[in-house]
Amino acid sequence: MTGKSASLTFVRTEMIPASEPPLSEKGAIKWVRENLFSSWLNAILTLLSIWVVWSVVSHLFPWFANSVWVADNLSECRAIRDATVGPDASSACFAVITDRWQQLLFGFYPREAYWRPVLALALLLVGILPLLFTAMPRKLLLVLPVLPFALFWLLWGGSIWTPVAAALGFVVAGLVFRLLSPVGGLSLGVPAAVIAAAAFWLYAAGPLAGALQDLLPIGIEYIDSKKFGGFTLSLIIGVAGISLSLPLGVVLALGRKSDMMIVNMLSTAFIEIIRGVPLIVWLFTAQLILGYFLPPGTTFDLTLRVIIMVTLFSAAYIAEVVRGGLAALPKGQYEAADSLGLDYWKSMRLIILPQALKISIPGIVNTFIGLFKDTTLVVFIGLFDPIGFTNAIRASTDWNGVYWELYVFIGLMFFIFCFAMGRYSMYLERKLQRENR
Amino acid sequence: MKKSVIFGALTVAGLMATAASASTLDDVKARGKLNCGVTTGLPGFAAPDANGVWEGFDVAVCRAVAAAVLGDPAAVEFVPTTGETRFTALASGEIDMLARNTTWTFSRDTDLKFDFAGVNYYDGQGFMVPKALGVTSAKDLDGATVCIQTGTTTELNLSDFFRSNNISYEPVPIQTNAEAQQQYLAGACDVYTTDASGLAATRATFEHPEDHVLLPEIISKEPLGPLVRHGDNDWGDIVRWTLNALITAEELGITSANVAEMAAAPTNNPEVNRLLGTEGELGAMVGLSADWAKNAIAASGNYGEIFEKNIGENTPIGLARGLNAQWTQGGLIYSPPFR
Amino acid sequence: MALTEAPKRSFRLSQLIHDTRYRSITIQVVTLALLALAVFWLGRNAAVNLQALGLTPNFRFLSNRSGYDISQSLIAYDASMTHGRAAIVGILNTLLVAGLGCVTATVLGVLAGVLRLSKNLVVSRLMAVYVEGFRNVPLLLWIVLIYAVMTESTPQPRDFREGGTASMLFGDSMAITNRGVYIPSPVWSDGAGVLIVVAILAIAGAIFYRRFARKRLFDTGQLLPMVWPALLIAIVPTVLAYFVMGRPVGLSYPELGGFNFQGGIQISNPLMALWVALSLYTGTFIAEIVRAGILAVSKGQTEAAFALGLRPNRTMNLVILPQAMRVIIPPLISQYLNLTKNSSLAIAVGYPDVKATLGGITLNQTGRALEAMLLMGLFYLVISLLIAFVMNLVNNRMKLQER
Repeated sequence: MTGKSASLTFVRTEMIPASEPPLSEKGAIKWVRENLFSSWLNAILTLLSIWVVWSVVSHLFPWFANSVWVADNLSECRAIRDATVGPDASSACFAVITDRWQQLLFGFYPREAYWRPVLALALLLVGILPLLFTAMPRKLLLVLPVLPFALFWLLWGGSIWTPVAAALGFVVAGLVFRLLSPVGGLSLGVPAAVIAAAAFWLYAAGPLAGALQDLLPIGIEYIDSKKFGGFTLSLIIGVAGISLSLPLGVVLALGRKSDMMIVNMLSTAFIEIIRGVPLIVWLFTAQLILGYFLPPGTTFDLTLRVIIMVTLFSAAYIAEVVRGGLAALPKGQYEAADSLGLDYWKSMRLIILPQALKISIPGIVNTFIGLFKDTTLVVFIGLFDPIGFTNAIRASTDWNGVYWELYVFIGLMFFIFCFAMGRYSMYLERKLQRENR
Repeated sequence: MKKSVIFGALTVAGLMATAASASTLDDVKARGKLNCGVTTGLPGFAAPDANGVWEGFDVAVCRAVAAAVLGDPAAVEFVPTTGETRFTALASGEIDMLARNTTWTFSRDTDLKFDFAGVNYYDGQGFMVPKALGVTSAKDLDGATVCIQTGTTTELNLSDFFRSNNISYEPVPIQTNAEAQQQYLAGACDVYTTDASGLAATRATFEHPEDHVLLPEIISKEPLGPLVRHGDNDWGDIVRWTLNALITAEELGITSANVAEMAAAPTNNPEVNRLLGTEGELGAMVGLSADWAKNAIAASGNYGEIFEKNIGENTPIGLARGLNAQWTQGGLIYSPPFR
Repeated sequence: MALTEAPKRSFRLSQLIHDTRYRSITIQVVTLALLALAVFWLGRNAAVNLQALGLTPNFRFLSNRSGYDISQSLIAYDASMTHGRAAIVGILNTLLVAGLGCVTATVLGVLAGVLRLSKNLVVSRLMAVYVEGFRNVPLLLWIVLIYAVMTESTPQPRDFREGGTASMLFGDSMAITNRGVYIPSPVWSDGAGVLIVVAILAIAGAIFYRRFARKRLFDTGQLLPMVWPALLIAIVPTVLAYFVMGRPVGLSYPELGGFNFQGGIQISNPLMALWVALSLYTGTFIAEIVRAGILAVSKGQTEAAFALGLRPNRTMNLVILPQAMRVIIPPLISQYLNLTKNSSLAIAVGYPDVKATLGGITLNQTGRALEAMLLMGLFYLVISLLIAFVMNLVNNRMKLQER
């Protein structure tokens, strides 16, 4: 019975081996079909993209591949090219970078002192690490207040007592505040502290630093800011602008949200006027006009003027970003802070700003990236940032006629810094999003 | 936070507040450095070398003045200026003198309140064209596209020239020489116009200089020279007579090689003696030491040496003396007597 | 009410600091006083300095002869006209490049933003490279590089001569050279005015039709075809009028003569370079804005629309885009503002914008730094305040009506 039925029934007892899927439905072909050629439009786009990539690469590759890295001047570069790949081949002359990279990076900074900006950059990176990544030990944050003074001293040099005396001003301000705020509250303590610090800097800091220097001369060579240039200058302007514009921007944003009419009006006018005019016009103003408004007979350092202008400019942008953050907070947060009986500064410090700043982080980082890129505009007022150096380098008879190589190098440098900042902002955004859930 | 640090430090380190007193000479002496405005880079006239040391024809004037005033040709802080910023930099006291191939014109001397200390290079605006165009005169340039380096008197001269000859042109104003050069070589303009010295310098660095010609027309007078602020005549005198000392030195045969020897003891030529301070008190009259002119000449040589070293026929720039030869050689370079 | 009212007691001086009712007034008065002091101090310094330099600020230089030529001008201009006129030429050129740039940057940005979200890996990667590459390198560098690339990669006018390597496009009507792009220019003759009126009316008619169709859709649910009738209404009368009036508008073609092409309209190379660079650079920011806007609309919206049976393109048009727009438009307008301000980098390529004429050659020839900078700042300020005003209007219109 069983044997018979087994021979009769047409029911397969074992699985047939799975047959291969059709060629168009598997592996790379399937992936290509579904991803790159799923529709006519898609196919055209794919082909177009491949063509774009190909035309760029086919132009650039020989230029890079044939590049000359060691030569003393452009004609030598051309001679080497003629000897190796023939006279009409496209070939980059990166020898100009090998010859002049010190200037592109450090400007006219004395060669024996190159370690100073390098150390300053390293210190800066280490110093801000705990600020950037919460995983770092919190105690490292204590380094932060010392950092600006250390960086200043490293870059400009001179007596070590100069930054120390400057730092003492803050200590004086802190002490005055401590002493007076229990008596007169915030509204007495803050102005008194500011006045005390200003008086200290104006009248006591100089003699004090001088006396200390006589007593215990510690110092390194003083380097004038006219010597700063190249990428170091961009970084100095960028970092100073970034660190100064954030607090100023927050204050401006609070001013613009303030109920006090005059404060509000002033902040708004300031923000709109600064934002409404291109940075390049402000830089020219710093260079050409600011001098008219200083007390007769005084001038001050152009680099410093530029830093101030760049700071004001990006502070206005930061103020708008932070204002967006403040506006995005639900009204309940403000009301909750009020109902807890917190005064204005406490509610801002403890409740509103931490949340608002968190929302604004991507915008703030974008403003910083913009600020850093905008430092290239100083070339128009005669400062030697990397782009300014391209002119100077090409003005030497050795390198007159070099074009692309310098720009490619500079572009790459900026790309690295800006891309890193952009990635960090994305990392932060993702992290904060996770925390919110 | 850092802002206040810098401000605080300012009062200490003297980053700010260089209160200019009435006398530029006193300021320079107190500072121990001469602030000299130069271009951001012009071949042969001013450019930093690979070690960051400025070199060039204009730079040599700065060094000579620094040597005359401070005794040290290296005691110069070079301040790069652009066409727009140069006059403000000088007027505001940021620089003590400007040696930036600047044309001596009426309005700059009077309206802008500057004093030109003399002429260190007689230039004129010229044209460069590719040989392939077959142009032999600037008057054939009707309808041509012209690359101009901006921020100079060049635009005005060009406009005047084409208008007075009743021909049209299309200007392409370019910020820097390097950019203009790139545009010209790519054929984006038919003609490149700027000072003839600049044209020669630019042409010298081309891959095929023989394919380009300078047209015979020189359409303007461009006396280039160092300038100072109006009103401080003592300082103006120092710059003027330092330049004259360089010129006289060439005339009298004093070179950087023999100046030390000639200044060691009085020579037979009284003018040499007066100039080098072995006789008379010319230095004291301008408020400088007796060996001021000796220092200036020793800095980078006399006028002729400076010319040959930076822009002369043996350099890649390859300029002939032409108008800039001594008056005894048929040129315009002429110094009033030292007495 | 009477219970909570503050007891009316005599006013004490310390209340100015401690009493919150008076404190804000104190702060404001102090701020105002400090400000007035600062303004007075600055003004006095400026007066003293200017007097010492022998300068008296005035704007008379604007009516002096400028003496320099400008390569591109939307209004009649030559060297015999005034500095003021040159400034206006510059202003118009700034507005021109800013307007052109805003349009192309938007197109580019929207394309790149949408394509970056595409499932097509090649396309989305390419867009990512484009966005990251342009965003992270200074604009100044891009302007200079693009200018140089355009100069090097396009033929010179002399290559168009007989036996040359280049030739004109579209039946000898357009030439791309490294001095600019030459296109035919319209030649207006009698009756052109009528044609323009007809064209404007036709376009207005098309817009009116679309409004009507939309209203009908919302009121009655009846779907009228939108695209084709509107196009017909816009085009047909204009074409008819063109022939009825006897072809009142002709074209003047560029021709090679002398050193350059003559006739036609020249879009100069500096303008092209600045335009392209500004568009590509701002386009990346717009791309990110668009991408963020689309991602901000929650996926549920798409799913809901599909569940209602809407086709994908209608889902995009009727559901996703209107919601994404609310997120996109405010930052988009501030990008337009940035683009306008960035156009001041024109000096890098020699495009005669307001910075190059008023703030460049005029400033340099007259030495009137204070006045020229003031005028230029005012111009940019007015432009950006106008844009800000538009932005506020748009914001208010698009605001979600809450509670």
